[in-house]
Amino acid sequence: MTFNFLLFGVYPYVAVAIAAIGAWARFDMAQYTWKAHSSQMLSNDGMRVASNLFHVGVIFVLAGHFVGLLTPEWLYHSVITTQNKQLLAMVSGGFFGVLGLIGLTMLIKRRMNNERIKANTSKADMLVLGMLWVQLVLGLLSILVSSTHLDGSVMVQLATWAQSIVILNPTAAAESIESVNIIYKLHIILGLGFFVVFPFTRLVHVVSAPVWYFGRAYQIVRQKREA
Amino acid sequence: MKIRSQVGMVLNLDKCIGCHTCSITCKNVWTSREGMEYAWFNNVETKPGIGYPKEWENQDKWNGGWKRNNSGSLQPKIGGKFRVLANIFANPDLPEIDDYYEPFDFDYQNLHTAPLGDHQPVARPRSVISGKRMEKIDWGPNWEEILGTEFEKRSKDKNFDNMQKEIYGQYENTFMMYLPRLCEHCLNPACAAACPSGAIYKREEDGIVLIDQEKCRGWRMCVSACPYKKIYFNWKSGKSEKCIFCYPRIESGEPTVCSETCVGRIRYLGVLLYDADRILEVASEPSEQNLYEKQLEIFLDPNDPAVIKQAKADGIHQDVISAAQQSPVYKLACDWKLALPLHPEYRTLPMVWYVPPLSPIQHATQEGFIGMDGVIPDVESLRIPMKYLANMLTAGDERPVVLALKRLLAMRAYKRSEHVENKKDLEVLEKVGLTEFQVEEMYRYLAIANYEDRFVIPSAHREDAVVDAYGERSGCGFTFGDGCSGNDDYNMFGGKKSNRRDIIDSVQIWE
Repeated sequence: MTFNFLLFGVYPYVAVAIAAIGAWARFDMAQYTWKAHSSQMLSNDGMRVASNLFHVGVIFVLAGHFVGLLTPEWLYHSVITTQNKQLLAMVSGGFFGVLGLIGLTMLIKRRMNNERIKANTSKADMLVLGMLWVQLVLGLLSILVSSTHLDGSVMVQLATWAQSIVILNPTAAAESIESVNIIYKLHIILGLGFFVVFPFTRLVHVVSAPVWYFGRAYQIVRQKREA
Repeated sequence: MKIRSQVGMVLNLDKCIGCHTCSITCKNVWTSREGMEYAWFNNVETKPGIGYPKEWENQDKWNGGWKRNNSGSLQPKIGGKFRVLANIFANPDLPEIDDYYEPFDFDYQNLHTAPLGDHQPVARPRSVISGKRMEKIDWGPNWEEILGTEFEKRSKDKNFDNMQKEIYGQYENTFMMYLPRLCEHCLNPACAAACPSGAIYKREEDGIVLIDQEKCRGWRMCVSACPYKKIYFNWKSGKSEKCIFCYPRIESGEPTVCSETCVGRIRYLGVLLYDADRILEVASEPSEQNLYEKQLEIFLDPNDPAVIKQAKADGIHQDVISAAQQSPVYKLACDWKLALPLHPEYRTLPMVWYVPPLSPIQHATQEGFIGMDGVIPDVESLRIPMKYLANMLTAGDERPVVLALKRLLAMRAYKRSEHVENKKDLEVLEKVGLTEFQVEEMYRYLAIANYEDRFVIPSAHREDAVVDAYGERSGCGFTFGDGCSGNDDYNMFGGKKSNRRDIIDSVQIWE
């Protein structure tokens, strides 16, 4: 078993398992701690710009990763060529990545400089912000690396890795990714790190995106009697 | 018709002395925790003033309450569902901590530990949010106490709308009143409507509006949507909290802490039966000034046999119906029309109502005569302007306020003539449309204000929440909320109910 296999064949499953089981345990046993933990009411300065930039940027980038990595080649070829898909990923990912990075930098600055928010910041909060910042920078750096090879081959390697992980083939996954640039590898390792810290930080609010709100009536009444 | 019951509250502002006992006892019981120091589930404001948080009544600024669209439909004023979710990353209508005040404590220990010096040691303030020294405290939960701060600032009070307010800044014309405020436990709560998580709900049995602390994700839309600004974001727990109407006390038939401890005996608690099917229709009433009358329509006469029959069909217990028949809130609001809702124009159908305050006669010494309406003074010559009270209690319609005040004055005139002149002045009652029986009851409820008249609260029917009381036998008894590790339907570590027989069929019914 090589180090490469441990990092890209085993670690993904460990990370996802921690995320799933940890989140389940937290939701079941300590749902009171499950929240977005907004600090807006302590200081509103620049929040509208910073928080919106960050969230919009990151949500788009996340969605892009999901679609980009997990759509099989045969499926998207009818719409777009591999080369063009890489170009699209670089441009759109780059744009929204920069938005997210600007917003995040503003948010980190706010969190470190505002007395009220600083006093109300946990180590886990700083860890998440730090990881996000490094991850966004690594992601943007990978665009520079990608610009040296525009044939889409590396993108296919990365997608093969992700798809092999999903279809439970860790050997193929680790093999497919062995030769890519260190930047991509760091980006993946840190990215999987978010799964590891997910259940222990405020990141859990991500899966609580309240889309059900659209479907429900305005008023909710509860009764003591069981219906 | 779908009948529900609610424990409502009435506050008799005529007797409020602004002692803040309600606020303090409430705070000691519910909000003396880190993260909630700034929050007062109950606070007492001196009016006119911008209040707490600053300018809470100015919905042009905060966008609280409901908006009636041209089509006649209602949506929260902060926006429809799409706009609420679009603003979830940064809420543009959220008050900051400074809109309430920066909570503080004092370095009391310095009084003990200060070294010997030339001056008295002092306890200086410190922010309980940042822990840093505060050089100057420049706002607090009741900064405008008894007309504190200059008139120019206080006159931003929205209740001055459509009034020539400048003259009330002059010493001779100044007026004031106290306004104790708590969650209104509305029939049509805007907070609940704006909650993306669906964590806020109204209880069917007693109408108390609560936030499910497990389901709240801290999206903070309720804080903006509530026009009374009575939902507070706990910055430590990251969840919103609000007045819980002391539901553990209400459930056991006891008054809320604020009501129990009120030294002026100004608070009344009682059951109202209402038609839940009409909530939307009433809240959508086109004219804001009709909302008060429309809300009265939704309350049902607890002595009407048809209402009693339907109430029973809707699962309301006989003791709740009996309590509704004895309800001081029904008498004050529906029978005597003394109590009025606070800002009905927000369309939330609030359930904490207020008897408007009388005030000294304005021009008596100045002009040498008092405007009289028979034996009672003309309410227009009271120091507090009718328009001001009307803007606060009836969306600007002065008639209900005038009627309530006239009835209070008539009651006084009637009792005075009875005690001093030893004759019953039925004429004064006739003028304000009261009967002798009504005014004697009013006197008993308002002047004597016995405990058992003020608080008529049926205990909760705990047995309703238990599917089968027999099955509770051999159960786990006391629990710390973990359901004896197995009474919840979904549990990470085994889901067998400790008080259910799984091996053989027994008499209990679980399904």
